[in-house]
Amino acid sequence: MTLALAFIETSATGEIRNTAAMLIAAAAKLGTPVAVVASAPGRGDSLSAQLGALGAAQVYIAETDQAGSLLIAPHIAALEAAAAALQPSAIVLAHSIDGREIAGRLAVRLRTGLLVDVVDVRVDGDAVIATHSVFGGAYTVEATVPGGGPAIVTVRQGAIDARAAAASPTLTTESITVDAAPAAVIDAVHAAVVATDRPELRGATRVVSGGRGLGSQANFALVEQLADALGAAVGASRAAVDAGYVPQTSQVGQTGITVSPQLYVALGISGAIQHRAGMQTAKTIVAINKDADAPIFDIADFGIVGDVFTVVPQLIDALGARAE
Amino acid sequence: MKIIVLVKQVPDTWGERRLDTSTGQLDRSASDAVIDEIDERALEVALQYKDSHDAEVIALSMGPSTVTEILRKSLAMGADAALHVKDEALSGSDLSRTAAVLAAAITKSGFDLVIAGNEATDGRGGVVPAMIAEHLRVPSMTYLDSVEFGADGISGVRGDEHGTVAVHASLPAVISVTEASAEARFPNFKGIMKAKKKPLDVWTLADLGLDSSGFAPSTEVTSTTERPARTAGKKIVDEGNAGNELAEFLAAGRLI
Repeated sequence: MTLALAFIETSATGEIRNTAAMLIAAAAKLGTPVAVVASAPGRGDSLSAQLGALGAAQVYIAETDQAGSLLIAPHIAALEAAAAALQPSAIVLAHSIDGREIAGRLAVRLRTGLLVDVVDVRVDGDAVIATHSVFGGAYTVEATVPGGGPAIVTVRQGAIDARAAAASPTLTTESITVDAAPAAVIDAVHAAVVATDRPELRGATRVVSGGRGLGSQANFALVEQLADALGAAVGASRAAVDAGYVPQTSQVGQTGITVSPQLYVALGISGAIQHRAGMQTAKTIVAINKDADAPIFDIADFGIVGDVFTVVPQLIDALGARAE
Repeated sequence: MKIIVLVKQVPDTWGERRLDTSTGQLDRSASDAVIDEIDERALEVALQYKDSHDAEVIALSMGPSTVTEILRKSLAMGADAALHVKDEALSGSDLSRTAAVLAAAITKSGFDLVIAGNEATDGRGGVVPAMIAEHLRVPSMTYLDSVEFGADGISGVRGDEHGTVAVHASLPAVISVTEASAEARFPNFKGIMKAKKKPLDVWTLADLGLDSSGFAPSTEVTSTTERPARTAGKKIVDEGNAGNELAEFLAAGRLI
């Protein structure tokens, strides 16, 4: 069976990022999964055990003192070394900020094809087939990398739910040298302080979003209250972001995050195409809006024409009563 | 300092966007084509530097004839010159070919700094700037929320899923900027008039020394399917009990 590499991102202190399980599962769909990590020397055994538990059949650790001091370059060098040694059919990375820069540079360096932001992968004969969800899920496009080189694939975070069975991996540790010349330098890393225990919007199974209909930043608290009652992540329409109710990182839509949760609740959101393109693949859509003609109702499974400031508090009370 | 800003023409995100399901390519007739907003911010980062320093700002785009419109807008905002890579053979280019051709144009033009938007609103890939940097063999710093021009290079803050990273690189370099970067200026009447006299050069693959026949794409679309339109479900008007009814609906669907 052919090998498929999964590139595992780690924090500055060496902890495995939460995309690892999904990436190993994706690699397992394409071949024997090999987890590849660029690491400071001496962390191999602990990483190997953790990655084995996530299903890696092999673990390839590329050790360099520059992991953590050069941006991206150590990761590319690690994958370049692993690809040369193992001749994989595919290299799978997260479609994260780091993942896409690594994948882009690696595809050029290895002179091979790149398939980005995919939501699923499979093998058809010798070919790696990737599924893209385009324009907010309006289209499903399948694509492949013809020719010999490994297919480089970035997977949308949270898109693949499958998990690989735990394995006892074989560990390979290689020392690599990184060419610092074409690399940017890391001066400082500031981990984000997680202010709430709310789920992250990207990949959330439930999302409550607010729009211009909330009327003010203070009123937007209503969205957060319902989100907490449902254990949901908080999102917003572009109109709410532009009005300054919430930061841009909460924006759902064509120029924000695309979500595909089990439940999406839209409060005071009219449902412009801008917004719909970011959430229309949700399993169940609930909308509450004063305007009976709001386009959001065209795609809502349950729509309420009404005032969010009376309907939502009643809903929160009803949810509380059920919980008891 | 010679700054090249990459600008892309995309379907307007406020309207419907369509793919041609027979080719898998964008249906350009279905939407209004506009300059991608994020590229206006990239251009603004360059123009703010030019406002107070000696700099030449060049807008570069690849695409069909309609791309002239967004290059004219870039010139009206304040770019000094525009470059349009246009060649029939480039229709349907994938990421690899796009990056290779843009890198060839950047090399031909010469540059100290390339600024791009972090990701286009149509493709959402966010990889082309890094690919171009690899072709050019220069440092890349993508997804910068802020950019500082220093005496010997560029520094910035890069936001990722886990926090922020302060980074710097020597020039020449390629950077991409996010929506958190500069707010773009509007072209004024004077800028629009001046833009008509600024140079807008059109380059073909031959001009770039590239041979279209030996230029196979490295990826291939095998199928394109349109998702069936979503239909409306139950819609009620609140008469004082809608919150409770919604709780019932969520419970019945095992969503709570």
